[in-house]
Amino acid sequence: MKLAYWMYAGPAHIGTLRIASSFKNVHAIMHAPLGDDYFNVMRSMLERDRDFTPVTASIVDRHVLARGSQEKVINNIARKDKEEKPDLIVLTPTCTSSILQEDLSNFVKRASFESQADIILADVNHYRVNELEASDRTLEQIISFYLNKAKNDNSLKTHKTLKPSVNIIGVTSLGFHHHHDLVELKRLFEDLNIDVNQVLPDNTLVDNLKTLPQAWFNCVPYREIGLMSAKLLKKEFNMPFIDIAPIGLMNIETFAKEIQKILTKNNIFQDYTAYLDTQSKYISQSAWFSRSIDCQNLIGKTAVVFGDTTHAAAITKILHEEMGIHVIWSGTYCIHDSVWFKQEIEKYCDQVIITDDHELIGNLIAKTEPNAIFGTQMERHIGKRLNIPCGVISSPVHIQNFPLSYKPFIGYEGTNQIADLIYNSFTMGMEDHLLELFGGHDKIKNAVEPSSLENKNELFWSFEAQQELSRIPRFIRGKVKKNTEKFALDNNYSEINLNVMYEAKEKISG
Amino acid sequence: MTLNINQNFTFECETGNYHTFCPISCVSWLYQKIEDSFFLVIGTKTCGYFLQNAMGVMIFAEPRYAMAELEEGDISAQLNDYNELKRLCIQIKKDRNPSVIFWIGTCTTEIIKMDLEGIAPKLEAEIDIPIVVARANGLDYAFTQGEDTVLAAMSQRCPYKNKNLSSNTNAIHKPLIIFGSLPESISKQLTLELSKYNITISGWLPSAKYTELPVIQEGYYVVGVNPFLSRTATTLMRRRKTKLIGAPFPIGPDGTRAWIEKICSVFNIVPLGLEERENKIWNNLKDYLKLIKGKSVFFMGDNLLEISLARFLIRCGMTVYEIGIPYMDKRYQGAELALLQKTCKEMKIRVPKIVEKPDNYNQLDRIRDLQPDLVITGMAHANPLEARGINTKWSVEFTFASIHGFTNAKDILELVTRPLRRNTNLKSSHNSIFTNTY
Repeated sequence: MKLAYWMYAGPAHIGTLRIASSFKNVHAIMHAPLGDDYFNVMRSMLERDRDFTPVTASIVDRHVLARGSQEKVINNIARKDKEEKPDLIVLTPTCTSSILQEDLSNFVKRASFESQADIILADVNHYRVNELEASDRTLEQIISFYLNKAKNDNSLKTHKTLKPSVNIIGVTSLGFHHHHDLVELKRLFEDLNIDVNQVLPDNTLVDNLKTLPQAWFNCVPYREIGLMSAKLLKKEFNMPFIDIAPIGLMNIETFAKEIQKILTKNNIFQDYTAYLDTQSKYISQSAWFSRSIDCQNLIGKTAVVFGDTTHAAAITKILHEEMGIHVIWSGTYCIHDSVWFKQEIEKYCDQVIITDDHELIGNLIAKTEPNAIFGTQMERHIGKRLNIPCGVISSPVHIQNFPLSYKPFIGYEGTNQIADLIYNSFTMGMEDHLLELFGGHDKIKNAVEPSSLENKNELFWSFEAQQELSRIPRFIRGKVKKNTEKFALDNNYSEINLNVMYEAKEKISG
Repeated sequence: MTLNINQNFTFECETGNYHTFCPISCVSWLYQKIEDSFFLVIGTKTCGYFLQNAMGVMIFAEPRYAMAELEEGDISAQLNDYNELKRLCIQIKKDRNPSVIFWIGTCTTEIIKMDLEGIAPKLEAEIDIPIVVARANGLDYAFTQGEDTVLAAMSQRCPYKNKNLSSNTNAIHKPLIIFGSLPESISKQLTLELSKYNITISGWLPSAKYTELPVIQEGYYVVGVNPFLSRTATTLMRRRKTKLIGAPFPIGPDGTRAWIEKICSVFNIVPLGLEERENKIWNNLKDYLKLIKGKSVFFMGDNLLEISLARFLIRCGMTVYEIGIPYMDKRYQGAELALLQKTCKEMKIRVPKIVEKPDNYNQLDRIRDLQPDLVITGMAHANPLEARGINTKWSVEFTFASIHGFTNAKDILELVTRPLRRNTNLKSSHNSIFTNTY
């Protein structure tokens, strides 16, 4: 057993659901107890989805515990098949079903005889993998299933497209700024004169998976989701892949150069150098911004970085190489990918941290006292407690990480966004220090308690009433106080006790 | 009584495929209510993920709750449950020093049959902190029923004798205990309300501190404030030999009046001025009533407050198409059902269909056909319904807002009318933003 207050990556089934619900016309059925379908709430709230999340539960209750699911799962699959007519149903095990050890694969087999939809059982073990590993695996599983299917009915499309083309793999629902990144990524490929063959799994029909081999290569923008699929396609069809996140000017350049190499191997000679130069100079403002006089203030500033591997590594590089900021330590909670992470950023920071324990991170931040933190929502709150500014650069996500306005991390517009994020974090920190040095802003009069009707009439607040008043949230306390006093005066009460307070509340509308 | 009710009501039971919160969510309000407690949820990452996301910003405020996250070794019994729990509880004692540790059993502890009730007394003796076990799992319960399992377990811990022997000697009636967790200011309001009719409350379950649990002796009277507390009621009656006052719940001015009247009638007190009190409250609600009169509402059902809320809204002049509810205890809610029936008769509308263990998919079908003016539902359906032009109110807010007593009737209507008031404010919204597909 482990005492835990907070986790950076969710349980395995969340990963599977993120993949399944990202495809178009794919339905997931969870084998789970009542209340485990919290995924639907998150998607509906965080992404403000207008559609019903295509996830239902086949409920595990006392009866299932006693007698097994029997026909229940099969009936639920058959029912969804009729109601929603999905192309694919993904039966999703949860922590509960993994200890019940029911033969879910048998249910899948039996249900497939009857249903129009394809049915697969997500191959994830709750106790071995987390959300990110599970999503990586589920995506690979679905791709593999449909490639085999296409092979068997000879519908697989293996001839390459005329123009160089790419599959983008790993854009999912509830991903950190994924949908903004996708727009930017498509723009980048257009500039590089490369067609986008398929985007996975985002809003794609499973029927399109048979055309995957037509692309010249694959692009995995986020290491956490999609690497397994890219490796599968490499093995099966010898398709090269690029696992570089084009986040930051350096990464974008390496990204483009890698593509150039792939094209060269296919006897297409492209030189992106001129393009990269113009973009860095005119489209991305971040290189010039770092040279501008204002940014000299950032020299000698310290930062720490924490997040998933993709974002933590990219931001560490940007801080060190592109903005000249001293990164004291940089870390990730993706323990399973720590080797790559260490290699990637060792030279850009003093120390590499691999952990999924938020208390350890909190203590480290407190100990190293950076000028700014770049982390997840958790680090933002640690920063609040310690009075250190924080820019959020990675999931776990929060409703604030689904902005309405265009905020990519990837590509040239991404470099602008990131530069703003970094710079704003530091200036706010500077302002705070200056204020402290000079003793704060001019004092605002009566800042604590909004004025009451004090001098007109003597109003006495009883002890209980005062206590009750102090329980009311501060931001409306003043209004309540004023309204109650007005009410007391209007009704000629000289003392405000609990009775008067409640009476006031009842009578004053709105 | 139950039979009589059955003849006039239509009770249906569907498939139980509906969205609700896991009952472990009760931790989020109970740890705040019981100030010296610590809640240890013994479960998996799934439980932790739910709490972490459902509790939102509260999670960053160093709450007095934690997960005992089960690992593979715990599941396959390679690790010893007793030693593992001992290790964690000693750490909790060292870091937080609570007066009580609640163990919340989950689906996983049920399935692997971890003997929490057996381990707790031994460990309690060894580390010298009371350990209360509540099985608030999703196999058996929905959302607010979590509180019921905790209070049922706590009612066993209430002292039998008062140490100072000084309590309620001046009360004119037998001791009365109220059960149900309410914010401090609402329990104050209800206490004050009852004191107007010379009724003294001997204690609340739960109290603000575990160390201040009320004395409960044989023959005491108990009354519930919430409709989801049937196990607690049963435990108080059977184990503690108390007498349950079966009353409607003090939600809405009509409910509050009926609740007080029932308590008074048990103690042979005539509640003078109660009717005028109720009328005054209705009078204060006029502006809200204008907004909802004649409008229709559909409860999808997820928190067991549905019967009481529907009864109040019918009294407000609304039509109720369907009352979805996770679980319906016809005995514990008997008086509330009777009041619902009476209200329907007086308001001259048909008694709405009560759907236990609803099926959300079928309900969406019915909603599409009925096009109600308001759907009270969980967050999983709220945005998709809004996108189809159906007004929704998030049901969970009713469990977290102040809705009890005369004083807070306004708050219920404030919630109910919010989407309708939003509609009048958003004049520029075009129908073109809505979709028609379900």
